[in-house]
Amino acid sequence: MTSMPGSSQRSDPRSRVVLSAADIDRALTRIAHELLEANKGPDDLVLLGIPRRGFPLAERLGRKLATSDPAVDPPAITGQLDVTMFRDDLQHHPTRSPMPTQLPPTGIDNKVVVLVDDVLYSGRTIRAALDAIVDLGRPRIVRLAVLVDRGHRELPIRADHVGKNLPTSTREKVRVQLAETDAGEDQVVIEDRP
Amino acid sequence: MRHLLSTSSLSHADSVGVLDVAEEMAAVGQREVKKLPALRGRTVVNLFFEDSTRTRTSFEAAGKRLSADVINFAVKGSSVSKGESLKDTAQTLEAMSADAVVIRHPSSGAPHRLASSGWIDAAVLNAGDGTHEHPTQALLDAFTLRRHAAQLAGRSSSGTDLTGMRVAIVGDVLHSRVARSNLWLLKTLGAEVTLVAPPTLLPVGAHAWPCTISYDLDETLRGGVDAVMMLRLQAERMNQAFFPSTREYSRSWGFDEARLAALQSAAGDTVILHPGPMNRGLEISAAAADSDRSLILDQVRNGVSVRMAALYLLLSGEHHRGTADVQTTQKGTST
Repeated sequence: MTSMPGSSQRSDPRSRVVLSAADIDRALTRIAHELLEANKGPDDLVLLGIPRRGFPLAERLGRKLATSDPAVDPPAITGQLDVTMFRDDLQHHPTRSPMPTQLPPTGIDNKVVVLVDDVLYSGRTIRAALDAIVDLGRPRIVRLAVLVDRGHRELPIRADHVGKNLPTSTREKVRVQLAETDAGEDQVVIEDRP
Repeated sequence: MRHLLSTSSLSHADSVGVLDVAEEMAAVGQREVKKLPALRGRTVVNLFFEDSTRTRTSFEAAGKRLSADVINFAVKGSSVSKGESLKDTAQTLEAMSADAVVIRHPSSGAPHRLASSGWIDAAVLNAGDGTHEHPTQALLDAFTLRRHAAQLAGRSSSGTDLTGMRVAIVGDVLHSRVARSNLWLLKTLGAEVTLVAPPTLLPVGAHAWPCTISYDLDETLRGGVDAVMMLRLQAERMNQAFFPSTREYSRSWGFDEARLAALQSAAGDTVILHPGPMNRGLEISAAAADSDRSLILDQVRNGVSVRMAALYLLLSGEHHRGTADVQTTQKGTST
């Protein structure tokens, strides 16, 4: 996804904002609480963000966990998981450059790993992420948290924690903009593909 | 990129891109499972018409770490010794559906011929051709220097180039494909290069190259350099007397103990590189090769990462199985 300045998009009749900055923040707060509830506390939680936008979301979730439970040290439980080399479509797209994979110092063996991504669509990225995890260690549980679930799954994969379910058409494009990775403020936009 | 034939045709963005991908590949080498599935089902053929230890084994390791099937084709013991031509050998490999051919050949230009003749559809990687180029060696040298510079500065090496770095390339420049590939790549990445060699071991026309030329190693070292790249004296390519004796060569152009001592007493972080194989006691002394300034083993280690990056960039992406458009290949479309 290429970044676009948010302001010019809002006036475009073919695009509409479906989540504002406040909506995104509320959704992440809820997911953080759900994580603590499902895990019965913060023990063994590891948040792995999938580049690019999954990683800043994982960091934000980590900070929210720390807000509700001071025992949590966000940098110590947050990491980035690159799945480029595990994708099944490497031959069908222009060459992708891999991004760094950084695990928290404790590793992921016997942890409760929460994969964090911005949009869940075909499920193929998550399939690649599950393969990548196998090569890095053996977590006790792997869960999936996404900001937006837009449907149209091509694999038997579902998210455990969803910020917002967005029924979409395959002709539409869901664009997540985050302050960390894109210029401008946080928002989620649906656009018609030209 | 469709082929990797030379560093002279690599753009700045392409070069930094290869080094950045290599950085991620190096991280895989630190893991418990040192394997990625990116090239599963692809076939890489190592076609070596000349002897090699480092290059062949590191291409083999690189292919295997990316899950490709690697076939080693050594010319000794093959039908080439019965007189098979490069074209027939290449087409045999094509019939075995090779996706990439890593070729080392004593004739300059053989990889280019393979890539541009339409004999095969595979990606061609030049692993050293005659006295022309050895691009992956230059890339791994640049990768080693970049990592070293980043370590000294205490920053991440990703995305950076070698701007301002002073590198001396010393020795048998005339026969060295490594020197040529390094010169072009270091220049592209912004480093200043000094070639140091006896006049007889500099090619005709070297003065037109984008570098400084010196005939005095001690003077160059006193002037201050960040890295000294020693070249192997290629006795097997020497058919005439280029210098009076190996001992004299060693005195004037070799990195001996006296020069190492001078370097140790001077302030500075000058590092020593050598592409291997070393003639210990001739162009480099054992003390220099094993000193803490030597990055020679880092070079070997980084070779696998850089070759993984090259194979990955050439073999992934939708353009690979398309029509062979050799002319547009070099100006890279890698990200």
